[in-house]
Amino acid sequence: MKRTSQVFLGLISLLVLMLALTGSGLAQGSDPTDDEVNAVASQLYCPVCENIPLDACGTAACEQWRGIIREKLAEGWSEDQIKDYFVAQYGDRVLAEPPRQGFNWLVYLVPALALIGGVVLLGLGFQKWRRAAVESKPTISSRKAKKSPEPSDDYIRKVEEELKERSRSSK
Amino acid sequence: MAAEIGFGALFITLIFAVYSIVAAVYGQKNKSQAWILSARQAMILVFPLLTVTIAAMLYLLVTDDFQVAYVADVSSRSMPVYLKLTALWGGQAGSLLFWSWLLAGFGSAVALRKWDRDGDLLPWVVVVNMITLAFFLVLNIFYENPFLRYWQDASGILTSFRQPKGALPIFPRDGSGLNPLLRHPGMIIHPPMQYLGFVGFIIPFSYAIASLITGRTDDRWIQISRGWTLWAWLFLSLGLVLGARWAYDVLGWGGYWGWDPVENSALMPWLTGTAYLHAVLIHEKRSMFKEWSLLLIIITYLLVIYGTFITRSGLLSSVHSFAQSRIGPVFLGFIALTVIITAWLLNSRWKKLQSQHALEKILTREGLIIISVVLFLGLMVTVFWGVLFPTISELATGQKVTVGPPFYERVAGPIMGGILILMVLCPLAVWSFVSYRHLGRLLWKPFLVSLIGIALPVWGGLTRWPALIAFWLVAFVLAVNIFEFFRRTRLRRRTENESWGTALARVLKRNQRSYGAMIVHVGVVLMALGVIGIEFFQTETQGTLAEGQSLSLAPYTMTYEQLDVFDDMSSARNVARAVISVEKDGRVLGELNPRRDFYYDSGQPVTLPGVRSTLIGGVLVATWPAKKKSTA
Amino acid sequence: MKKILLWGGLLLLLVVLGIGLYRSQQGQVGVGEAAPDFILQSFSGETYRIADYRGSVVVVNFWASWCESCKPEARDLEAAYQYYRPRGDVLFLGVDYVDTEPEALAYLEEFQITYPNGPDLRTEISQAFRIRGVPETFVIDKNGQIAHLQIGPFQSLDHILSVIDPLLD
Repeated sequence: MKRTSQVFLGLISLLVLMLALTGSGLAQGSDPTDDEVNAVASQLYCPVCENIPLDACGTAACEQWRGIIREKLAEGWSEDQIKDYFVAQYGDRVLAEPPRQGFNWLVYLVPALALIGGVVLLGLGFQKWRRAAVESKPTISSRKAKKSPEPSDDYIRKVEEELKERSRSSK
Repeated sequence: MAAEIGFGALFITLIFAVYSIVAAVYGQKNKSQAWILSARQAMILVFPLLTVTIAAMLYLLVTDDFQVAYVADVSSRSMPVYLKLTALWGGQAGSLLFWSWLLAGFGSAVALRKWDRDGDLLPWVVVVNMITLAFFLVLNIFYENPFLRYWQDASGILTSFRQPKGALPIFPRDGSGLNPLLRHPGMIIHPPMQYLGFVGFIIPFSYAIASLITGRTDDRWIQISRGWTLWAWLFLSLGLVLGARWAYDVLGWGGYWGWDPVENSALMPWLTGTAYLHAVLIHEKRSMFKEWSLLLIIITYLLVIYGTFITRSGLLSSVHSFAQSRIGPVFLGFIALTVIITAWLLNSRWKKLQSQHALEKILTREGLIIISVVLFLGLMVTVFWGVLFPTISELATGQKVTVGPPFYERVAGPIMGGILILMVLCPLAVWSFVSYRHLGRLLWKPFLVSLIGIALPVWGGLTRWPALIAFWLVAFVLAVNIFEFFRRTRLRRRTENESWGTALARVLKRNQRSYGAMIVHVGVVLMALGVIGIEFFQTETQGTLAEGQSLSLAPYTMTYEQLDVFDDMSSARNVARAVISVEKDGRVLGELNPRRDFYYDSGQPVTLPGVRSTLIGGVLVATWPAKKKSTA
Repeated sequence: MKKILLWGGLLLLLVVLGIGLYRSQQGQVGVGEAAPDFILQSFSGETYRIADYRGSVVVVNFWASWCESCKPEARDLEAAYQYYRPRGDVLFLGVDYVDTEPEALAYLEEFQITYPNGPDLRTEISQAFRIRGVPETFVIDKNGQIAHLQIGPFQSLDHILSVIDPLLD
């Protein structure tokens, strides 16, 4: 039981760790320094055409919007200020992800809860199944609990591998 | 004439489908084999019948019959013949018809197999297949008729199938042609693969439902549907990959996956379908978790229908989606019925299906597979939520929001990393039991080899450690798989005294399934390499160039040589083609030709980047008038 | 308990899909319906609130500088505005949809439009009217109800006059 929960703690931490790290990793890699306009534009979506990022959109209107970004950058506006300006002009949907306020927290919360819930359910499940296995085979499991001596010599290892091979080839 | 034949065959197919349903149910209720066989007969015939409709439509397309509204919408005189054929699935009505045809194909094929052993499942397989086919046929007949034609009377221009009173046919001189983005060889193969993948899952679904209805608790349905499911999964995978490659070729931002709602709709069933393929293994070896397999295949099919619904109903907006359509409400009704009936069936049989689950250790193959299934499901749920959230948000707050790549990448990255890790451990884990020591012994050599996956990039100058970890994982999975087969071959060589070559061949032959799995896993790993490469190493720059000027993005230099503007009359488009010469570290690589095509028939322009891809890297140059962007 | 959750979840999903679908299929605010109230901040800084103009006819025209089909009707709208101006009971408002200010002002300059125009901030106004594209014009009668919905440009000055005249007493 302890082993199981340890494994799970490990798994969850690993997932969380990777989530946090991937976020930072991605943030580092994407903006070249001589393309500040595109750097901002890539975080915005074309207000008119559907689901096209502003840096990729070729229409005249998108040209105008990139022009605005250029202007604002020249005036010394920060990325966030420019994004806020676009939101004030065109609404929340120009951002690539919902602004983190109010109702929109749910977009992150629900999957996080679902994942954690899934992991928890899985953990409980594993416990239940483990118990079922132990209960249904009392003699064998108690033997296993004694920790069988490790097959240290070559011959036994070969036999194990052979058995494995045989069981696989019976598929 | 052709339109009448086509529509007539369509209508007759519907009659056959409905007859099939009625006959099967009646035969089942009254235990009449004759009726059931008659139903089966009808099911066999739907495919040839619908082929007549498809042939009629293709004929209309190829002969430029623009009186038919659909032909005028998606085709034009200047399109090459192959594009006219692909225009069959270029618009809503035609693609629905194509879908129905593939569905009928699968249905007829299933009906043709030998049913002696599983007679009790047959009526229900017929019913499920034919109800689904009937629904899609109804969509084509009553809502999106591809055979509507243009007529003119006193009040103006009308579209209808039959000639209205006092109206005369009109024959537009030309059609608008396919959306320029679709005029690409990708149009030949990506939609058919995708649809085959989607539609293919009706087979295992119908077997599963049949099994539920008849109250069986065995897994016979899995045995007989296994082949079909693999094919459906294969087509779906191909469809996704081809779509990604097409997008890269055609869209000007080097993207291969935009987490667009329509792309996600294809991804979701793939995720649960893959989970199903793995869950089925546990179920075969240890007879546990049967109900998981059932649930997964049912969810996969429901996701297919759901995905089609949101793509076609106009509920979501996307570059991929079809124009506004009236099919939305009736489609929702169909989904509601399917979901409710399926849920109710599962509910009533669930207790019977439950088997004793006994699993001593997680670190067994079945334990790890279960974890991988949970990961796949988790990713699917997240994508599902992301796709639906804008709709929910608008209902709740009145504000429209976009859920875009940042959201999906943040979740997909770690989950896929987790799945990669499992791909390492799983092949090594033995069924039922593995000890840490044993695992360690199996892993240490591949682990050492995998360090090359870190050493090489670091030596090449890479310091970004998420990428290093990713490369290491990829190398590890490759190493583990290779070592595994090496080990088996060596064991066989020793015990059977064969040469390396013979031993390897024999090992491969006896373990075809695991060999196949290894190939797929290695393929996935290679794709992961590609994805890592793009996500972490893609560089891009942009600049405005006059003729003769260069833009550099180390180690590449791109020089704008000239712009050729000309009319290509054979395809009725105006082409503005740039000649960009590309050099790498001073050495000339060649020329790229990004261009802007303006199609006269549709009045729409499309900009196509110039792309050069090699195994080690690629260059993509996209141009817009007075703007240029390149990625390396 | 788990069953109630699952069934509830499924039904909720279907309901959400149903409402979402209904909303996406709804067209523009239609003739006979009450016009949505809104506030427009013009480019020159004035504020216009529709509810304040009960008793006048209000012409709400959605346009954009990047919209080619808006151009044919631009001068006609200005002419109609000048025609009704002495009366004082017809208000013309131009709502600039998803546009950029410099280009918008250039457009107004080009067509010499003098009636009030302002940006549709956060696209709230266009969402309230549920427009599907530009240009679209909503003519609101003196009781605050939509009297005419024009999708696409007006054909001519006479066309505009023929729509507004019946609404005046």
